[in-house]
Amino acid sequence: MRYAIGGRAIFDGLDVTARRGRITAFMGPSGTGKTTLLKLITGQAYAERGSVRVFGTEVATLSSRDLFAMRRRMGMLFQNGALLTDLDVYENVAFPLRAHTDLPESLVRHLVLTKLHSVGLRGAARLMPAELSGGMARRVALARAIVMDPDILIYDEPFVGLDPISMGVICRLIKQMNEALGITSIVVSHDVHELATIAHDSFLLSEGRVVASGTPDELNHSDIPAVRQFMGGLADGPVPFHFPASDYRSELLDGEEASR
Amino acid sequence: MNAVSDPLLLGAVRRVGATTLFLGQVLARIGPALARPGLIVRQIYNAGARSLVIIILSGMFVGMVLGLLGFDVFQRFGSEDYVGVLAALGNLKVLGPVLTALLFAGRAGTSLTSEIGLMKSTEQLTAMQMMAVDPVRYVVVPRFLGGFIAMPLLTATFTVIALFGAQLIGVQQMGVDSGAYWSQTQNAVHLHDVWEGVVKSLVFGVAVSLVAVYEGYHSEPTPEGVGLATTRTVVISSVLVLVLNYLLTAAFLTTK
Repeated sequence: MRYAIGGRAIFDGLDVTARRGRITAFMGPSGTGKTTLLKLITGQAYAERGSVRVFGTEVATLSSRDLFAMRRRMGMLFQNGALLTDLDVYENVAFPLRAHTDLPESLVRHLVLTKLHSVGLRGAARLMPAELSGGMARRVALARAIVMDPDILIYDEPFVGLDPISMGVICRLIKQMNEALGITSIVVSHDVHELATIAHDSFLLSEGRVVASGTPDELNHSDIPAVRQFMGGLADGPVPFHFPASDYRSELLDGEEASR
Repeated sequence: MNAVSDPLLLGAVRRVGATTLFLGQVLARIGPALARPGLIVRQIYNAGARSLVIIILSGMFVGMVLGLLGFDVFQRFGSEDYVGVLAALGNLKVLGPVLTALLFAGRAGTSLTSEIGLMKSTEQLTAMQMMAVDPVRYVVVPRFLGGFIAMPLLTATFTVIALFGAQLIGVQQMGVDSGAYWSQTQNAVHLHDVWEGVVKSLVFGVAVSLVAVYEGYHSEPTPEGVGLATTRTVVISSVLVLVLNYLLTAAFLTTK
């Protein structure tokens, strides 16, 4: 599969599969297009060449009605939660139900409270999003993502900016959602250690390709230099510390000449 | 220079086209959006009720200035009785709709744009799309309708307050005879003049609300982008209101 923005290829020859009922992790340094990959899966962007298939259907061929139908079977957790700021926690979780179903209020209430309970925030139902901490907001977003009982849950950088406790909580929830509800989970992140504890399969992306794949354990013991650099968090390796630039010495000296 | 290759002109034409297409999208979703009147009522409150204070204050002072100005001009010809006519026609036909629209653009239009822009930059609109919910239907249309419905109501409020302000100066302070003041006004104002104000307020309602939601929905999802979009809302809708006002005034003169 190939995808390019403004002629610059984000992905070229990428070939990955997330299997049903498992937690698949996509890791990689910032700027490798992990979020773009999610956009391709969810039909917010289309591949230039090649194919993106979800539930066995080609995403690019779906009409907007079918695309919306497909998205109803998916839940997505955004980086910052993306809660609707003018609704309280309860209404945020109820939002997909109200938009897509005509359930009686008692049933909506029942569903919302059970989902909120499963993320431990039943007591926060009447708070506004602005009153939540980052970790809480993400848990509410998770409750909202599962309220329609999706088949696939997609997590976009679920650990970014969280304290260790919240990170642990989110980790546990991802695992729980997968095990208890059998939801196929796709996690995009660069938090190697958290992912290692939950992922069944992982792919390491770099420069638009899969550099390595396997279980987190296999990646940890890989001999490939790029994998070792990423997993070990080393500044030097195949991914250079310096952004491409002209010669250091001549640029400095040129500046001096010019100012004279 | 070839006019078509002028980037400024091309940009302007493109924007007009895009806004018109967006209006089409909005209109197509009005039916489904009416299924949730609660959302629309809330936006009428946000755009309308929250603009009341500024509208009432401005209407009062505009009316009072018209009273002063009218008295100053007409007394030179010994025809102070006509102060009411100037105030009534000026407000009903031009000042009421135009000033309300300009104030509305600054007060409610900016908040519509920045609200939608911020929702976009915090991924709330994308999140809606991911929940298979159409953000144009849920976010844009209720706000557009709220603005469209609020505008004539605010214009009416502005005009009534301004008429009151004008007579406060003309009759109460400057001592124009109350009977003469009102009978001259009644003779001069026709239904046609009232209609002019109503039609203008409806047209301005569409224009300002459309520009505000369009700019918000198409803003760059960054702090700078939302700021620029808010500025554009004020600039574009203000100029648009003044241009439309001229065209409508001319149109109403010819159909008289």
